[in-house]
Amino acid sequence: MNQPVIDLSPKVSDEVRKTTCYMCACRCGINVHMKDGKVAYIEGNKDHPVNRGVLCAKGSAGIMQVNAPSRLRKPLKRVGERGSGEFEEIEWDEALQIAADWLEPVRQSNPEKLAFFTGRDQSQSFTSFWAQNFGTPNYAAHGGFCSVNMAAAGIYTMGGAFWEFGQPDWDHTKLFMLFGVAEDHDSNPIKMGIGKIKARGARVIGVNPIRTGYNAVADDWVGITPGTDGLFILAMIHCLMKAGKIDLHYLAQYTNAPVLVINNPGGADHGLLMRDENGKELVIDRATGKLTPFDQPGVKPDLAATYEKDGQTHRPVFHQMAEMYLDEQYTPENVADRCGIPAKRIRAIAAELARVAFEEAFTLDHEWTDFRGEKHAQMIGRPVSFHSMRGISAHANGFQTCRALHTLQILLGTVEVPGGFRFKPPYPKPATAHPKPHVGLTPGAPLNGPHLGFTHGPEDLALKEDGTPARIDKAFTWENPMSSHGLMHMVISNAYAGDPYKIDVLFMYMANMSWNSTMNTRGVIDMLTDKDENGDYVIPKIIYSDAYSSEMVAYSDLILPDTTYLERHDCISLLDRPICEADAAADAIRWPVIEPDRDVKGFQSMLCELGAKLNLPGFVKEDGSQKYADYGDYIVNHERRPGIGPLAGFRGENGDQAGRGAVNPKQLDQYIANGGFFVEHIPAGSNYYKPWNMAYQDWAVNIGIYDKPTPYLFSLYVEPLRKFQLAAEGHGDRQPPDHLRARIKDTMSPLPIWYSSEEDNHAADYPVTALTQRPMAMYHSWGSQNAWLRQLHGHNPLYVPTRLMRENNLSDGDWAKVTSPHGEITVPVLEMAALNDNTIWTWNAIGKRKGAWALEENAPEATRGFLLNHLIHELLPPKGDGLRWANSDPITGQAAWFDLKVRIEKAAAPAESQPGFAPIKSPVGQGPKDLTWKVGT
Amino acid sequence: MTTLPAKTDKKLGLVIDLDTCVGCHACVISCKGWNTENYGAPLSDQNAYGADNSGTFLNRVHSYEVQPPGDAAAQLIHFPKSCLHCEDAPCVTVCPTGASYKRVEDGIVLVNESNCIGCGLCAWACPYGARELDQAEGVMKKCTLCVDRIYNENLPEEDRQPACVRTCPAGARHFGDLGDENSDVSKLVAERGGMDLMPEQGTKPVNKYLPPRPKDEMPEFDVLAPFLEPVAEEPKGFLGWLDKTLEKL
Repeated sequence: MNQPVIDLSPKVSDEVRKTTCYMCACRCGINVHMKDGKVAYIEGNKDHPVNRGVLCAKGSAGIMQVNAPSRLRKPLKRVGERGSGEFEEIEWDEALQIAADWLEPVRQSNPEKLAFFTGRDQSQSFTSFWAQNFGTPNYAAHGGFCSVNMAAAGIYTMGGAFWEFGQPDWDHTKLFMLFGVAEDHDSNPIKMGIGKIKARGARVIGVNPIRTGYNAVADDWVGITPGTDGLFILAMIHCLMKAGKIDLHYLAQYTNAPVLVINNPGGADHGLLMRDENGKELVIDRATGKLTPFDQPGVKPDLAATYEKDGQTHRPVFHQMAEMYLDEQYTPENVADRCGIPAKRIRAIAAELARVAFEEAFTLDHEWTDFRGEKHAQMIGRPVSFHSMRGISAHANGFQTCRALHTLQILLGTVEVPGGFRFKPPYPKPATAHPKPHVGLTPGAPLNGPHLGFTHGPEDLALKEDGTPARIDKAFTWENPMSSHGLMHMVISNAYAGDPYKIDVLFMYMANMSWNSTMNTRGVIDMLTDKDENGDYVIPKIIYSDAYSSEMVAYSDLILPDTTYLERHDCISLLDRPICEADAAADAIRWPVIEPDRDVKGFQSMLCELGAKLNLPGFVKEDGSQKYADYGDYIVNHERRPGIGPLAGFRGENGDQAGRGAVNPKQLDQYIANGGFFVEHIPAGSNYYKPWNMAYQDWAVNIGIYDKPTPYLFSLYVEPLRKFQLAAEGHGDRQPPDHLRARIKDTMSPLPIWYSSEEDNHAADYPVTALTQRPMAMYHSWGSQNAWLRQLHGHNPLYVPTRLMRENNLSDGDWAKVTSPHGEITVPVLEMAALNDNTIWTWNAIGKRKGAWALEENAPEATRGFLLNHLIHELLPPKGDGLRWANSDPITGQAAWFDLKVRIEKAAAPAESQPGFAPIKSPVGQGPKDLTWKVGT
Repeated sequence: MTTLPAKTDKKLGLVIDLDTCVGCHACVISCKGWNTENYGAPLSDQNAYGADNSGTFLNRVHSYEVQPPGDAAAQLIHFPKSCLHCEDAPCVTVCPTGASYKRVEDGIVLVNESNCIGCGLCAWACPYGARELDQAEGVMKKCTLCVDRIYNENLPEEDRQPACVRTCPAGARHFGDLGDENSDVSKLVAERGGMDLMPEQGTKPVNKYLPPRPKDEMPEFDVLAPFLEPVAEEPKGFLGWLDKTLEKL
C-alpha cells in the first residue's frame, strides 16, 4: 500500500515572542509564534513559573481575541443620547483635549469630583499613582465586588490570603480542601496542583454547592448550603479543639493565642490586647511565669496562664477561643441541618484533618532560626492545605467566614509549614505593614498618600470633618470600616444619588458597569441615562477606556480605545499583584509582540500623556514636559523608592541586580531575552516559616520587599475589629451613627463568628439560593467575542437540581420564571443532579446585550443567555426601619452576590430570555460570517 | 474500500485520565489552534459571531452526570473525545477513495485531504463520532495525533508531543506507544486499569481511558473517631487539659 508522503517537520513559525497572557488574572507565560509578522499560534511557556508550559482554553484562543471584530478602532465622541450608541470617531488630540478640559477644572477646584475606577486592571500600582497625583480620593479597582473579603480577612489574620498571596505546598500536601472555588481563581496553577497531588494519591475534598470543575474531580464532595461555610468551619474547629487536635506549640510561638486580653468591663480598653510601653503584645513566659513582650529571646509564651492585676483577671486570647468554640452551638449536631451536612460527616472530615495533620506529620531537614533567636534543627510539616476564593467571600458574612477558615488552618499549624499553605513574596505582609487609607485632598495638588489600605481603628476611617464619607463609594466608613479594596459596585448609584456628594466626571477602565459588572443592571442603566431638571445628565461626564465594544461603551461620552494584550506594555509587578511562587519572587512583562492595526493607545500609555497634559507632578519633568513617553518608559524609569521600581529584575546599570538597583535602560530587552519574566529563588531553609524565619526576613529586605525585617504574630484575635466595637459601645471621639451601633457590635467580633443573612434577603418567601460561576473557558464577558470560545459557552442555561425540577414540573428545555425580592427573569432550564438540592446556578457573564461585542443581534448570548444580575440589588430589600441597608458585608463592603434568594416556577416559553433589552448600535459593526483562519502560507 | 496495514510498527496514542480531567477545554482549543494553522485545511467556523455558530474541532469534551446506586451523591465526569486511532479502524476500510489510511510506522489514522471527496462515509462508520466534515473545505477532518509536531525537527524535543498533551493543565493527557508494554503510557494503563472505549464495537482502539477513582468514600466517622477523642467535655476541663499538655511541651 502506498502511503502519501507528508511533511513531518513543517516550519512552525518565523519567530517566537514570549510575553504574558491576559485572558484572565493568572498571568501565565506564553509563546507567541509569529508568521509573516502575524500571530500564528499561542502556547504556554515551559520556563514560566506560573504555568510551566500549560495553557487553558482562554489562553490558547488568544489569537481570536487579538483579531476580534469587536476591537475598538479609534477614539469616539458621543453624538446621540447616552445609550444610543451614536458616536463620532475623533482624533486622539481631540480626545485627550476633551478629557483634559473636563478634568483640569475638577482638579483645580475639587478633585473629589473625579471618580476614577479601573475594574479588572492589572496595573493598579500605576493607576493608583496616577489618581494620587491627580488628587482625587476616589480611586479603586474591582476588588470590592470580587473577593476583598478573602484578601482582607487573610491579611488581617495572617498577612496574606490565597491565590496571589500564597499556594498549597503541592509537593508535600496530602489532604487538600477547597471551599467555594468556582472554575477559576485561580486557573492553571490550581489545575496543575490538583493533577500533581492526585497523581500521588492525595485526597481532595471539595466544599461547594455545585459539583463542577475542581469539585467534580474532588474525591469527596460536600454540597453545602450556600452561606453556611463559616458555620461548618467553626463546627470543625469545635471538634478539633475539643479533641486537643491543634498545634499548641505553633499557636504559642507564632500566633497571638497566648497574648493577654485586657479585662476591664465597661472600660475603653476592654478587650484590647495588653501591650508594653513600646506597643508590643504581652504574654506570660512559661519558663519564668512573668509578663513579657512576646518577641523576647527565649520566651515560651503560655497559652493557659492568666494575669492578675488591679483585681482583674486578664486571660490570653486562647482562653476566649476555648470558651467560644467549645460552646454547644458549634457541635456538628447543632449545625448539621443548617449547613446541609450530616453531623457524622462533619466529624469525619474534622477527624481526617486531624489525622493527616498530626499522624502524617513529617520533617524537612532545614535548619532555621526564628525571630526570638531560637535555632530549629528541622522544619515540621503538616500536610493539610486549603484553598478558597469567591464562593465563601461574596456573602454578607464573608469576612468572618474567611477569618474562620484561616483560623482553622492556623489551629492545625499548617500555614507556612511544609505540606501546608505557603505565602508567595511579597507576602507574608501583615496588615500593619500596609498603608492606611488616605483621603487628604488639596485642589491642584496630589492626594496625601495612597488611597487604599488597612484601617486599624476608627481614627483611620475615611471621614470628612463633619463625619460624612470622604469617598464616593463610602469605603472606610462606619457602614464598612475595613473596605480595603474600595466599593466599585456602589460608585454609580452613590454618584447618581449625590450621596455622599455629586461628582462631575466618572472615569472607568475595563469595567462593564452597564451590564455584567454591576448589580441591578437595569437600574444602573437608568442612572447612567437619567437627566436632572435642567436636562443635564445626573452623572455629568463619563470617560471610558476598553479595548472592546462592551455594553459600557454606549453609556459613555468619551471612549479612549485601549490595545489588546499582545499590543501593549505591562508589568506584573511586585508593587502590585505579582506572579511569585512560594519558593521565589517573580515578576513579568507584556510587550508589544504585534503593533496595533487600529488607532488605539494602551490605557496606561495614554494616562502618561494625559497626566502630562494635566501637569500632574509625577508625570511631568521639571521643565513641564512629558516625563514618560509611554508605559514602557514608566516601567523602566519610575522609582517608587530609591532603587525600587515596577520591575525587580535586571536592575542596576548592567542589569545584574535583583530587587534593588539603579534604573537599567535595557531592562525591558533583558526581560524579553529572558522569556518575559524574572525569577529570584528563595534559598532553601528560608522558604518556610517565612513570617518568623530570620533568613527569609533578611532575604526579603535584600530584595527590597521590606525595608527592615518584619516578623509578626498571626492574629487569631484581630484587635482592630475590637476597636470598632469599642466605638460602637460608646468609647472614643469618633462615634458611629446610632443606627449602626448594634450591627458593628454584632458583626465585628475579634474572633471569627458566623451569622445568617437569610432574613435580610427574605428567605422565608424566597427559599432557593441562586449562584453564578465563571466557566474555565471564559473570562468575564470577553469570551463572547471569541469565535472559538463562544462555541463552548454560547448561552447559559439555568441549572436546576432534580428536586426543584420535579416540584415545579420542569423538563430540560423548559423555561422558568425566577423571582427575587428585587426583580424577575425568565430563562431556559437544565436539570443537574450533582448540585445542592436547594440551589440553582448559571454561568456568569455569558448573557449579552444585543449589539455589543460585534455579535449579530440574534446571537444566542443575547436571545437565550441571561444575567442573574437583574435579580440582585446593591441594597437589601427594605426592612421597615426607614433605612436602606447595603447588600454587602458590613465589615468590608464586599458585594454579597451569593446571598441571592429566589423563587422559581415554570413559565410559558417567551421568544427570548427576559428581561429583554433594545439593541444598542454597534460602533464597530459586526463580525464576519465564516472564518477559515490561517496566517501562514 | 481501503485496506488497513496488517500490523503497525508502533501504536501511538493517548491515555486520558478521567480522574483528573476538570473539563476545562484547554485541549480542545489548543488542538483547534494548532490544527487551524497546520496540517491540511484550516478548521473553519461558520456563523462565527452569530446564531447557530459551529465549527470544526478534532477534539471535544463532553460532560456526563453519573448517579451511583443508592443515595450517594451524583457525580460529574468530564470526557474528552477525539479519534482513538483504532487498530481495526472502520473509518479506513469504508473509505471509497483511499483518502483515509492508517500509517504503518506508528498506527496514526490520517486523512489525505487531496483524495477526500467529503462523502462522509467514514464519519458514519466511526462509532465514536470522532470525525467532522469541514464545512468550508468539504473534507473530512480528524485528530492527526499532531503528526506534524511529534516528529517535527523544528520543535525542541520536549515539545514533540500533541498540542493537547502539551497544554493540559491538570496533566490528564499522556502520549506514547501503547504497543510497547514498557512505555510509560502502557505502564500507566496497567497500573490504573486503563480501558477501551466501547470494546464491543471490535475496533480495538489504541487510545485508553483511565477510570475515575471511587468518590465519596471517606471512612465513616466511627473509623476515624479515635482522632477526635475529646480531652474533656467542658471548657474548664479543656483548659485543665491544656495546662497539663503544655507542661509536656
